[in-house]
Amino acid sequence: MNRIPGKSYREATARQRVAGLLDADSFAEWVGPAARATSPHLAALGLPCSFDDGVVVGQGRVEEAVVTIIAQEGQFNGGAVGEVHGAKIRGALQRAVRERPTAVVFCIDSGGVRLHEANAGLLAISEIMRALLAVQGAGIPVWALVGGSCGAFGGMGIVARLCDAVVMSEEGRLGLSGPEVIETVMGVEEFDARDRALVWRVTGGKIRRTLGEATVLVEDRLSAFRAALESLRHSCPVALPRTLDALQAVQDQLTARATRESDLRDGQALWDRLGLGADAAWMDTAQFNRRLQELA
Amino acid sequence: MESFQYDLPARPCVALPVRAELWGVVSSGNLEVLVETGPPPDQCRFQVETSAHGFSEVWQAVLEDFVTRHAVGGLSFSIHDAGATPAVVSLRLEQAMQSLKAP
Amino acid sequence: MEGKRTLFDRLFPGGHGVSCVGQVLRGWGATTRGRVHVIGTTDHAAIDARIALMLSQAVLDAVAQGPAGSPLPILFIADTQGQALSRHEEALGLNGYFAHLARCVQGARERGHHLVTLIDGEAVSGGFLAFGLLADAIVALPGAEVRVMDLRAMARITRISHDRLVALARTSPVFAPGADNYWRMGGIHAQWRPDQDWAALLEQQLYAAPADDARADLGAVRGGRLLAASLARQVCDAP
Repeated sequence: MNRIPGKSYREATARQRVAGLLDADSFAEWVGPAARATSPHLAALGLPCSFDDGVVVGQGRVEEAVVTIIAQEGQFNGGAVGEVHGAKIRGALQRAVRERPTAVVFCIDSGGVRLHEANAGLLAISEIMRALLAVQGAGIPVWALVGGSCGAFGGMGIVARLCDAVVMSEEGRLGLSGPEVIETVMGVEEFDARDRALVWRVTGGKIRRTLGEATVLVEDRLSAFRAALESLRHSCPVALPRTLDALQAVQDQLTARATRESDLRDGQALWDRLGLGADAAWMDTAQFNRRLQELA
Repeated sequence: MESFQYDLPARPCVALPVRAELWGVVSSGNLEVLVETGPPPDQCRFQVETSAHGFSEVWQAVLEDFVTRHAVGGLSFSIHDAGATPAVVSLRLEQAMQSLKAP
Repeated sequence: MEGKRTLFDRLFPGGHGVSCVGQVLRGWGATTRGRVHVIGTTDHAAIDARIALMLSQAVLDAVAQGPAGSPLPILFIADTQGQALSRHEEALGLNGYFAHLARCVQGARERGHHLVTLIDGEAVSGGFLAFGLLADAIVALPGAEVRVMDLRAMARITRISHDRLVALARTSPVFAPGADNYWRMGGIHAQWRPDQDWAALLEQQLYAAPADDARADLGAVRGGRLLAASLARQVCDAP
């Protein structure tokens, strides 16, 4: 009923994403909207609440395999994490440790902490981080999907990068401090948040894919994200190892990147150096992926 | 926030939904509506919480119009509104009805 | 760094050797039960990729050093104004450096290292999330400032008047800065007073058996966070 073929992932609501990503009619929600788990902190400020506090959690299937799914609603308060919102996510992750699904699918669409309940939000994100690490400790992979209008920023940008795989669209954005925050604090000459093309060249799916942070770059279609989940079943079936050797290898990669990209301030500089071409920012997703592969 | 409740007479809904269904999103100029069962078969209940003050008469008109067009007796519609226009309210209610009618 | 040396004198009367390179602290402290690792930041560090890498390498080294079978506790010192704000750090993917640091901290936990954080100075949002908030026990020292954002900036962004936020902050711990608010919400396990024996308190924390993350339960018991624990449980047990 929420399934619309060819529909944009970015334009879809969290519930439409859940329906579009999972096998038809396989979704069962935990503590759904009828439970009315709303935020008392928003209510105390006289602000509109949502019946699900902006996040949908439950279980469903991808090609018959059982997955836990978490989907943030970016249109409600920027997908920001408050006490209730965060507790639902944490509960879903804890449940995954117990029930051992094939994977956790985490549709992140969030600017991070909800300022109206900032302390609760910060603690919730910290608790989500620990719960997510525990899911991985049980061997279960967590797959992040980043293609919503709020991207994944603040603490949720850290959470996204904790995941074992990150599926992004070009339209998706991934970072820590939003461009508006950097502009406000450091000045417009540091980061002009109104320069949308620049914002995407710094935080968008293409630069994240080029740096290897996004595992795959897909078109902004629900069906493309769904197809990516189907392939992750085979390419990322278990959580990434946290052996000392594995962690040291990541340490070395990140150190090499920081040295190599010591003056990186724009994705275009990266693409120029790699020989991707001056039109990298305008290529469609398929062409961009092809060019990246050719250069690899 | 302003909240009010309307219980309106309505033709009985023939196929009551098995579970609660949420439609729409609480964002500026938009609303969410939660459809549940509960009231008697000849009654439809609307519970509205809205950030726009002083529009209860407009709400009543929109909801009365909706009840005349659909058999919604036995259903309750709980709405969180963040300043949606009457047209958007009608649209969301229609979408919720479509989702109920779909198999 | 001078302030930190005074702190280490007080925490480790049996001796310590902590060096400071570019706002990153690394070294050891001697307790009556043996040495512990010390890793952290000082002078309200704005944590950038370079600092995050130094911290994660320090954690990996602590794990690699052994001795095998009896991993030493790790004391984190959190003193951070938050993450570094720049276009370069964003382009580089600072969030990924923080996530890597978090994975290293978890790696240490999984190998049996007890993890304790002392907040000495500031603990602010992203910089705090990356390692300090991941410890088994988190302690605020007197004067510690813990926050996401100050109330004036919060008022500007949320478009709620500063006066109203100040008034609400008197009754609710949920958004206003302050170690006490975090204590009430279970996010800080203990606050030490100036007149207490910090060396003894630290030993209790360092050698206590680490448990699962029970901060939400603690927040419920202390009355500052009433929903987080019960709601997570409700999700866990939902049909």
